[in-house]
Amino acid sequence: MLKTFSLGGIHPPENKFSAGKKIEALPVPSQVAIPVAQHIGAPAAPIVKKGDTVKVGTLIAKSTGFVSANIHSPVSGTVFKIDNIVDASGYRKPAIIIKVEGDEWEEGIDRSTALKKEISATSEEIIKAVADAGIVGMGGATFPSHVKLSVPPGKKCDVLILNAVECEPYLTADHQLMMEKGDEIMVGTQIIMKALKVDKAIIGIENNKPDAIQHMRSLAASYAGITIEPLKVQYPQGGEKQLIDACINRQIPSGKLPIEVGAVVQNVGTILAVYEAVQKNKPLFERVVTVTGKSLAKPSNFLARIGTPLNNLIDAAGGLPEDTGKVIGGGPMMGKALVSTDIPITKGSSGVLIMPDEEAKRKPMQNCIRCAKCTEVCPMGLEPFLLMTVSDKAVWDRAEEEHIMDCIECGSCSFTCPANRPLLDYIRLGKGKVGQIMRSRNK
Amino acid sequence: MSTLTISPSPHVHSGDSVKKNMYGVIIALIPALLISFYNFGLGALVVSVTAVASCLVFEHVIQVYLMKNETSIWDGSAMITGLLLAFNIPSNLPIYIIVIGALVSIGIGKMSFGGLGNNPFNPALVGRVFLLISYPVQMTSWPRPERIPFTYTDVTTGATPLSVMKEALANGELPTNILNEIPSYRDMFLGLQGGSAGEMAGLAILLGLGFMLFRKIITWHIPVAVIGSVFVFTGILHWTNPMMYAPPMFHILSGGLFLGAVFMATDYSSSPMSRKGGIIFGIGIGVLTVAIRIFGAYPEGISFAILIMNAFVPLIDKYIKPKRFGEKPVVAK
Repeated sequence: MLKTFSLGGIHPPENKFSAGKKIEALPVPSQVAIPVAQHIGAPAAPIVKKGDTVKVGTLIAKSTGFVSANIHSPVSGTVFKIDNIVDASGYRKPAIIIKVEGDEWEEGIDRSTALKKEISATSEEIIKAVADAGIVGMGGATFPSHVKLSVPPGKKCDVLILNAVECEPYLTADHQLMMEKGDEIMVGTQIIMKALKVDKAIIGIENNKPDAIQHMRSLAASYAGITIEPLKVQYPQGGEKQLIDACINRQIPSGKLPIEVGAVVQNVGTILAVYEAVQKNKPLFERVVTVTGKSLAKPSNFLARIGTPLNNLIDAAGGLPEDTGKVIGGGPMMGKALVSTDIPITKGSSGVLIMPDEEAKRKPMQNCIRCAKCTEVCPMGLEPFLLMTVSDKAVWDRAEEEHIMDCIECGSCSFTCPANRPLLDYIRLGKGKVGQIMRSRNK
Repeated sequence: MSTLTISPSPHVHSGDSVKKNMYGVIIALIPALLISFYNFGLGALVVSVTAVASCLVFEHVIQVYLMKNETSIWDGSAMITGLLLAFNIPSNLPIYIIVIGALVSIGIGKMSFGGLGNNPFNPALVGRVFLLISYPVQMTSWPRPERIPFTYTDVTTGATPLSVMKEALANGELPTNILNEIPSYRDMFLGLQGGSAGEMAGLAILLGLGFMLFRKIITWHIPVAVIGSVFVFTGILHWTNPMMYAPPMFHILSGGLFLGAVFMATDYSSSPMSRKGGIIFGIGIGVLTVAIRIFGAYPEGISFAILIMNAFVPLIDKYIKPKRFGEKPVVAK
């Protein structure tokens, strides 16, 4: 039997319309807007000013701490201004706006497509290269990657797990990357293995991508220490905790990180970025984005420069359909509803989902009938109905006692609730408040 | 394009609804309903229609005129209460008593707590127990399952296997002798025994259970815990003294055990939220049912057992938690 995680889980309809669509390089836009906060942690500090000329790959904003990431120009041209723009959060945040002139790359970036298998960099050099290249978790969480690779003293990593699960319905970017860049991902995996000093890597792929499983398996045969683990299709298997549980049957204790159980998890897109950074000296300034939706004319997988307006991607996918009711950055389960299509894509943009109006609206909430389905599907073994109630009634000590902070916000509870109760909305509110209380207590 | 909808994730829903679950239960009740029509003819029909109709009317009136809300009679839950009430009373019960039962079920058992999902006790059982206490004579004289259609106020009444057993044991008869005087296990399983309208046919109720498990409306935990614990407890008693206690198969197949275990104990609102809690709840019901049947004043005890355990649900929910992620010790290398 196929492995999967041990508690809860759901199986939302998949709708992978863009599956099998070749990754298409999107034309460079005429202007890009690069938010300085594209990662979890402190925003980067701009080091260019208005009027500066930049090339593709020029460092334009510097990491401001350990949990922060460099930002490089995805285009060549002139810095037009540094100003606040509306980003995916819906708030106005600082961004570097660049007018594009030509497509001139920094020297030193190896633009050839030849596979470079030889890994000459040492562990320290790899971690430095990853930090320099501004690589963050590209599955959507955008956690700076060099932090994960720097194993804290006293801890030991014995296995690297690659997240190729892509359990979000609709999204296909990682799937297509494996089909087209399998060898690069293999070398990237070995680079990370070297950085972490481990000899074992497991690539977890859900069983709804049999071609990717087969392809990666055949490639893995010629790379030492890499195995493929086909997994039962079950959401949210792409969650770090769930993936580690599924692949190696170890459960991370409450409030702890994967390194606690000797594992480091990286998304396959991130691994490709690592390969390019270490072997080709290429910073992270472009990524694969799935643009999809039921009424979209041409669901696609695009390779787009960071900062490209969403509108460009949607136009290339056939234009915004008449019946559009919601535009989601990411997948339907964990993605964010966007306030407009006039925002730039960032390092964490795994997909853009166009949802028809009829599906966009929520149904009115009814009384909880205590069917316990939310409890059954919760992958963290929590009781969402209870967390919603205590959050609604602002009983924060009880919320903490009931482990509200363990919630990974996968949305399985809200998805399942027959009474259409917005369980996760309330739990998020509760998490925010309880987090605040916990932080002030620790001060 | 109209304006974009902004709402937090998740942006998709399973499509499951309260209605789907409730009507699923109603479909699951149909086999038992058909058996009761077959057994008691017009009487069962009159009782069912009266109970369901008055439950709907009371729910509508209370919801719309007292609580000033939209009517909730189409969500299916009042229909279930009506059907379950009908299944719990003799099929020759006078109509006015049924209406009173429905008023107590819906008015006190359900709406006084705030309606669907808020009732701590099973509404149909609240009504049933109220009637049992208020109209003990009418509530304990059952028509024989003669399969004579189109009779309603049938005068030929008979006892249920449970009451025969209780009385005869009290008179010092041996269980084995009594078993010869009542329907065989096979007949009891098929529903050819005395009792309330819909409670007597084990097979029909198991069909309903199968449907509800298949549609994932309920899980197996509560029904199995109730029936299993009754089997084990009566088995132990019978084993220690077969001269005094009837065999476990008799207890499982007689009375309202199946109906209670499958349709009443599993009521969402009044049962525990965790599976572990459900098992504890079920065992409590099983043990109390047997205790009342054998040591109590009433021949049947499942209604009281469920209501008593309903009261323990908040306690069970507080202390019995689902297994949490990360509790299992980490496999260290």
